[in-house]
Amino acid sequence: MEAFSPDFPILMKAVVTVMPKPAILDPAGVAAGRAMEHLGLKGVLSVRIGKSIEIEVDGASEAQLHEIAHDLLSNPVVEDYKLTILS
Amino acid sequence: MPKVTTVMRCAVIQFPGSNCDTDCQAALNSFPDVQAEIVWHKETSVAGYDLIVLPGGFSYGDYLRCGSIARFSPIMGAVRLAASAGVLVLGICNGFQILCEAGLLPGTLMRNRGLLFRCEHQHLSVEYTGTPFTSGLNKGQVLDIPIAHGEGSYFADKATLRELNANNQVLLRYADADGVTSDEANPNGSLENIAGICSHGRNVFGLMPHPERVCDALLGGTDGRAIFQSILDSISKTSAARV
Repeated sequence: MEAFSPDFPILMKAVVTVMPKPAILDPAGVAAGRAMEHLGLKGVLSVRIGKSIEIEVDGASEAQLHEIAHDLLSNPVVEDYKLTILS
Repeated sequence: MPKVTTVMRCAVIQFPGSNCDTDCQAALNSFPDVQAEIVWHKETSVAGYDLIVLPGGFSYGDYLRCGSIARFSPIMGAVRLAASAGVLVLGICNGFQILCEAGLLPGTLMRNRGLLFRCEHQHLSVEYTGTPFTSGLNKGQVLDIPIAHGEGSYFADKATLRELNANNQVLLRYADADGVTSDEANPNGSLENIAGICSHGRNVFGLMPHPERVCDALLGGTDGRAIFQSILDSISKTSAARV
């Protein structure tokens, strides 16, 4: 299905969340998890560190943002991204 | 027939944040009949060069991911074009990361296992010599070349890894002084101790170690010269065949 992409300018706020793929070891997450245990937090099962990128654009389509999130903001070899349109 | 002396022209691409560019230039220019020049990343042509080097450093401050912004620099279109035409492309450290981000080499380089920035001498085992980058080396030869990186843990999915091995694209692996590629000799957690790989066409080579830093005995070693010598010999053979 084609993404909705109007041909007139439109203000958009979006958040792209980039996370390491589930199968990928995240050494920074593991280290942060150990620090949590060190601070007394019990039962730390998993810590994964990703990125959150807030974007404001004027006149871009959602499809374009997906393209940017896929090509620039994430590395599809090891990361997944989620694009959320806020407004 | 008169002897033709051809000067080999090498382009060392300088990105904002590159810091091994002049080292690479100096290492290349220490060989006879070589003219290495710095080429700013905003340029859009690398026509006429026999070798393109993407040097080490921290292009764009390693923001977002190492190499992720540099891969969109204007020069990269020209590098891609040259690579597809068979021109030799060498990516060292951050240059390797940029080549992976650009898709000119498969896989990616992730945060080191143990999170440490590893800056030390490292032994490497030469895995395959049928490429322009390793033709002057011997299979199983051990090189001593320093590493200096925080994101050098090579990763690729299983299918890619299988293909790399099947096509002899893994050229260097981290090893101990005897050439044994053990887990203890792996400084960063790279899959299968991979330190350097080449493209399917064998004309693009990326490696995390810094051969340009061991090209002068004064700097503590000369093992890097063998790699540059292989490259330059391959280039002169190709241009001799052309004449």
